[in-house]
Amino acid sequence: MTFLETAPWMTWTVLLPLCAGICTFLFRRAAPWLGVAAALGNALAVAALTAQVLRGGSLRYPVGGWGVPLGIDLRADGLSTLMLAMSAVIGVAVSVYAARYFSDEGAGDDLEGQRHKRAYFWPLWMFLLAGLNGLFLSADIFHLYVTLELLGFSAVSLAALAGQRAALIAAMRYLLVSLLGSLCFLFGVALLYAAYATVDVTALAGLAKAGPITWSALGLMTGGLLMKGAVFPLHFWLPPAHANAPAPVSALLSALVVKASFYILLRLWFELFRSVVTLPAANFLGLLGAAAILWGSFQALRVRRLKLLVAYSTVAQLGYLCLLFPLAQNAGVAFTAWSGCIYFMLAHACAKAAMFLAAGNMAHAAGHDRIAGLDGITHALPLSVAAFMLAGISLIGLPPSGGFIAKWMLLKAAIASGQWGWALLMLAGSLLAAGYVMRVLRHAFTQVDTALPLHRVPRTMEWTAAGLAVLAVLLGLIAARPLALLRIGAPVADAAVATDAEGPR
Amino acid sequence: MNLEPALFYALAGVGLFAIGLHALFAYAHLLRKILALNVMGGGVFLFLIAIASRAAGPVPDPVPHAMVLTGIVVSVCATGLALALANRVQATTGKMQLPDEGGGA
Repeated sequence: MTFLETAPWMTWTVLLPLCAGICTFLFRRAAPWLGVAAALGNALAVAALTAQVLRGGSLRYPVGGWGVPLGIDLRADGLSTLMLAMSAVIGVAVSVYAARYFSDEGAGDDLEGQRHKRAYFWPLWMFLLAGLNGLFLSADIFHLYVTLELLGFSAVSLAALAGQRAALIAAMRYLLVSLLGSLCFLFGVALLYAAYATVDVTALAGLAKAGPITWSALGLMTGGLLMKGAVFPLHFWLPPAHANAPAPVSALLSALVVKASFYILLRLWFELFRSVVTLPAANFLGLLGAAAILWGSFQALRVRRLKLLVAYSTVAQLGYLCLLFPLAQNAGVAFTAWSGCIYFMLAHACAKAAMFLAAGNMAHAAGHDRIAGLDGITHALPLSVAAFMLAGISLIGLPPSGGFIAKWMLLKAAIASGQWGWALLMLAGSLLAAGYVMRVLRHAFTQVDTALPLHRVPRTMEWTAAGLAVLAVLLGLIAARPLALLRIGAPVADAAVATDAEGPR
Repeated sequence: MNLEPALFYALAGVGLFAIGLHALFAYAHLLRKILALNVMGGGVFLFLIAIASRAAGPVPDPVPHAMVLTGIVVSVCATGLALALANRVQATTGKMQLPDEGGGA
């Protein structure tokens, strides 16, 4: 068993999807099988890596044996391992779903278009997975830039996959925003290299001092990432891009891709620039988050299309993540807020992927996704509506779901540090979320006299959506294990056991 | 004016970045937007090359050079993807610019 314990699993999580991307491009007939197999293989590699991190703490692996100044290092701590696990689990479910979704049977009358989409979906999704995994394992900011671009390119291409007018326009806008965001990030990298002559995150964390160059770098990088992470008011590109993509793509974009930018933001604010960030700056990000929660929920309450509703819900839910910045400025509750925020990312990823897949099933059955036209769809798709409902429970934050645990921790942090405003905002956000989830369910459960002419939805597509939704709820019951993993190498000290966690790691 | 060459080039890089940023927002034509992003990228690359010359000794720091090489590869890919998408947008909408529609619809 020593091989299992010592093998560099980190590299496999990047290498395997990359190879699978090339293979699925070359062998189109076998692409769905290869893709699902690669997603499963990736999940196994991540499981082995998780075991390594649980056993031996944070890991660092110099790729090719070159070491820091010239080579690229990969590193895995609790946070990156959790992010990898999140992508791996959702990746498997979405791959299984996509294998049915893009199959010839699901094509309807456009068989040619379906084959075209299938031929491009698998390689792009595999490259997306490689970019994601590489990003979560990056130990330096330049590598973060490269993986961010790799991720952005595959995400934009996937968003354009549907090929109709709205999708192309949304993808073009997404690409322009994405490129602007990463150029700002790259400029920040250049400024930091000019000032400190290193790109290693850990080394920079020890060197960074407040000053004009550091401030500009922080501003540029944060701005770029807020753009790519669709934080209000820079969210305008997200709803059309996510709503007009095919269902499995929407699930990947909403559940995973926006989280990647946010992950980098966490690394910057809580590790690299830890000694530079100030309370007013953190409060500013918190206010952006507050506006995102209110604006996103309000839009979700009024749009007419189901997928657009789910996409606006993503804008709102991303707002909660930004509340971490002000909450964590109080050292006493920083770790609670930190754990709550990361858990929020996990719960949202499962719930949102489930919701988009369920919405995709409803749209597939009805042939459209107008909310008002979904009356009585429960009768035809009980499992998908149940998935939508369970995912909604987690988004609203009702016990015992994962969303509840996450919101509970954030609320606890807000109340314990006397920041009542944020606490009230979170409760208001929950009410609004209940409002837009109920909007859909009200129509779904309406009794209709005449049965709708519906397309058949394959069982696999219903079960994968339901599986993810159940996982989103189960996350609330198994919270102890992921949270224990999160402690490993956490950049935020736990005030309750603050003994050796202080000082630079 | 006694301006050090490295500083001059670094400032020129910042200037190019700013010009590109302005053009990106000022023009609606997609080709101009794509060019603007390339100018911005060129600005960052110039900045990186300028700071490479600050290394002690006669040999410049190779790390920023490696970054620029990687960055050029990335920006070629980005330009290719952007041009292909812009082409499709023009073929579908008949215009080389994005319609001014909001998030709805």
